[in-house]
Amino acid sequence: MSTLLGHYNYWIVIVLMMTGFYTVIARPNLVKKIIGLFIFQTSVFILFISMAKVEGGTAPIIEEGYSLYSNPLPHVLILTAIVVGLATTALGLALVVRIQEAYGTTNEDDIHVQDETD
Amino acid sequence: MLLSNLPALQVVVPLVSAPICLLLRRPGHAWACALTVSWAVLVMAVLLLRQVALEGTVSYPLGAWATPWGIEYRIDMLAALVILVIAIIGAVVMPYARRSVMQELDDEHIGAFYTCYLLCLTGLLGIVVTGDAFNLFVFLEISSLSSYVLISLGRDRRALTAAFQYLVMGTIGATFILIGVGLMYMMTGTLNMADLAQRLPAVDDTRTVRVAFAFVTVGVSIKLALFPLHIWLPNAYIYAPSVVSIFLAATATKVGVYVLLRLFFTVFGVQFSFDDMHVGDIIMWLAIAAVLTGSLVAIFQDNLKRMLAYSSVAQIGYIVLGIALATGAGVSAGIIYLFNHALIKGALFMALGGIMLRLGSVELRDLHGLLRQMPWTVAAIIAGGLSLIGVPLTAGFISKWYLVAAALEGGLWPLAFIVLASSLLTVIYVWRIVEATCFRAAGDERPGVREAPLSMLLPTWLLIALNLYIGVDAEVLTGLADTAAAALVGEALP
Amino acid sequence: MQHLVDIVLLGLLMITGFAIVRMRSLLAVTMLTSIYSLFSALLFVVLDAVDVALTEAAIGAGISTILLLATVALTTEYEKVPSHRSLLPLLVVTLTGAALIYGTLDMPHYGDPNAPVHRHVAPDYIEDTPEEIGVPNVVTSVLASYRGYDTLGEVTVIFTAGVGVLALLGVHLRKRTEQPSDYHKLVVLRVIAKLFFPLILLFALYVLFHGDYGPGGGFQAGVIFATGFVLYALTHGLGNAERVIPPALLGILAAAGVLLYSAVGIEGMLLGGKFLEYNVLADDPVSGQHLGILLIETGVGITVAAVILIIYFGFVSRRPGGADAQDPS
Repeated sequence: MSTLLGHYNYWIVIVLMMTGFYTVIARPNLVKKIIGLFIFQTSVFILFISMAKVEGGTAPIIEEGYSLYSNPLPHVLILTAIVVGLATTALGLALVVRIQEAYGTTNEDDIHVQDETD
Repeated sequence: MLLSNLPALQVVVPLVSAPICLLLRRPGHAWACALTVSWAVLVMAVLLLRQVALEGTVSYPLGAWATPWGIEYRIDMLAALVILVIAIIGAVVMPYARRSVMQELDDEHIGAFYTCYLLCLTGLLGIVVTGDAFNLFVFLEISSLSSYVLISLGRDRRALTAAFQYLVMGTIGATFILIGVGLMYMMTGTLNMADLAQRLPAVDDTRTVRVAFAFVTVGVSIKLALFPLHIWLPNAYIYAPSVVSIFLAATATKVGVYVLLRLFFTVFGVQFSFDDMHVGDIIMWLAIAAVLTGSLVAIFQDNLKRMLAYSSVAQIGYIVLGIALATGAGVSAGIIYLFNHALIKGALFMALGGIMLRLGSVELRDLHGLLRQMPWTVAAIIAGGLSLIGVPLTAGFISKWYLVAAALEGGLWPLAFIVLASSLLTVIYVWRIVEATCFRAAGDERPGVREAPLSMLLPTWLLIALNLYIGVDAEVLTGLADTAAAALVGEALP
Repeated sequence: MQHLVDIVLLGLLMITGFAIVRMRSLLAVTMLTSIYSLFSALLFVVLDAVDVALTEAAIGAGISTILLLATVALTTEYEKVPSHRSLLPLLVVTLTGAALIYGTLDMPHYGDPNAPVHRHVAPDYIEDTPEEIGVPNVVTSVLASYRGYDTLGEVTVIFTAGVGVLALLGVHLRKRTEQPSDYHKLVVLRVIAKLFFPLILLFALYVLFHGDYGPGGGFQAGVIFATGFVLYALTHGLGNAERVIPPALLGILAAAGVLLYSAVGIEGMLLGGKFLEYNVLADDPVSGQHLGILLIETGVGITVAAVILIIYFGFVSRRPGGADAQDPS
């Protein structure tokens, strides 16, 4: 029981991560793939932030009257990772736009067909 | 001041020059900026190697914060060698780049091209010098994002899809690494690699650490294109602009191999990686599969870039084979192989870039009788091809020699046999090039096709010359590689 | 109570996630993605990560959504049914997920104050920050000083994305002022947007300079600043927005932010310290830290704002069907 209580957070996060991962590898639409990556990454962020939480702690901004703070380091890492994620999303979508212009489609299967008939 | 800050400057100089390069509006200025920086990086790499050889491992605390609270740059012999590989390729490819880029790219993209090249250089160097697991992820993303852009600048529309596929796979790989680093951090509370190495043994029988190990290994394997995670590689190399193919083929996967070495030997330690997790057995089978399938597929390719790309898949297999042995000799052979292969593939892709410039195609059927018109370029391909096969007096021979010796030392004679057998496969695809360029008569006239310009020929031949030099006198290289390997394998012993 | 909120939010995230996989209307999926991001931001607040929540809300729910909407507008609104069904992805995902669940079994429990992450390294940040850095927000001190080099890397990443979008999509100046087609119907919106515009910029500056004391800092400020302009462009037309802030300037600003950040680092070396050592920037270490953090946060803010605008202009200056806005070939 204690395992269940201690880990349910992580388990749900894993399900979320896999939802994103599945969208990336199983969906042929390129926009959907980028969305999948976004969900995958955001869920990994939740994993990191979950491990930073201290029961009964508060946000790591030092103030009179508080002594227990959550761990600031994962927060910092994830701030960085969010920005990296935005960079990836932006670049990925820019490629999607260009692919649409060059192929007239954003469906992976259709692109394969076009490439093979070239 | 300069010398004491050398580890930081090695990365900061290209990093700072990237935005400057973007501000220089003229294509010529951007190229000059990238060229100067690449040469400066080479000078620093040599100085750094010298410092490491004389004083041993160099540590540099960024922001002057003590480890493990701050981020540390840590350069041992292995890192110094890999930095040297990247720096040599960068310094040689930049003089070459001007003509090739001018022809293959639109003027308006040239500034962005050199900016991204500098960013990619920054990222690759940053990965190698860092002693911090999360900082590695950040610089990995710098190098990856800039490579996606560089690849997408290729002429063919398939460059876009190749870049997209690489972006998706690369991001999955990076996210896997991020998960692995997170789990490692969760169990130890630290991100500094040296600190991790100290703290992991206490928790290395936990399932969490095993999963962390698996995730970083898979993530890095995507980056270094280990079979069967190599599917992004061929198209990325083929449709990228020539200069990008050269640079990425010679450096990016090598840096992936470096990260693998760092993780297996420095962070997790030989005992955990190879005895507990049996990663050696797994990657050995994958490496054998890579060597055989890569070489076999390469034989049937009519596009030379594609042929070389599959050959790269095979060659990465050889390098990983050395690592999989997990002995001093094996790892040393892997490092020697890594170094030499960068020189060989760099030279070969450079020669192809010359052909691309003059002919606009690297299809085998368009190359018939090319020896007459481009003798030096074709000769470079043949010399590089011989080195790829592993003919004596070339660098390729040295790498294969050490690999076979390491396999025999470990009593694995079937492995030595596989190396030799796949070298025969290499003979076949190199012969196909020789046959087409030297012995077939040109089907139709190619008026105006002449030798590649000197600015491209000289760098190509410089790499070929290095190849031949190492083939004759490899003592310095093998000495350095042995030192690096001994430190890696020995470090983890109790 | 907190656990309950936590469980409810995770449940909502799960429902949203499944809906995203199943739905084929990309417009709807985009909105769900935005909602997903917003729920994560709420969860981050519950988990005490206020800085992260602010950033996730601004970047994930805000900017990413705008980019997705722009892309959907330029491509197709409905995802095609896959031509073939393969079990391989499901297998890969199941295996990966199972491996991760296996890995959780030896993890420290959620919220456990004795977990290794709370015993090593991190407590020293909390303990030493008031004395060494002199700012109350520990996230800021770690981000900008202890691990300031990561942040430089991160600014470089976003700069790379800016250069990439510039190369892939370009940012084209419009000769004539284009107005939204329903420009005249938007009077109320425009008046309100105009009122909000200076407030948003002011708020961005507040977030930038208040980052030492509360949640906020360079990234968040940069994003909010850029959002102000995006709002202006949406209500007043791209042409007007580009006149307020010319695209040519954006490239320079993006580079300037990275250069400012690196200059602070190099200045540390010139004054005899290490790269990014702020202690040597002023007479006493704590004021040095203050100065260093302020300067690099400003650098971050400038680059982030400029790159986001480059990306935004890059996407919206494209026309559906492929032709470039400038060159209808």
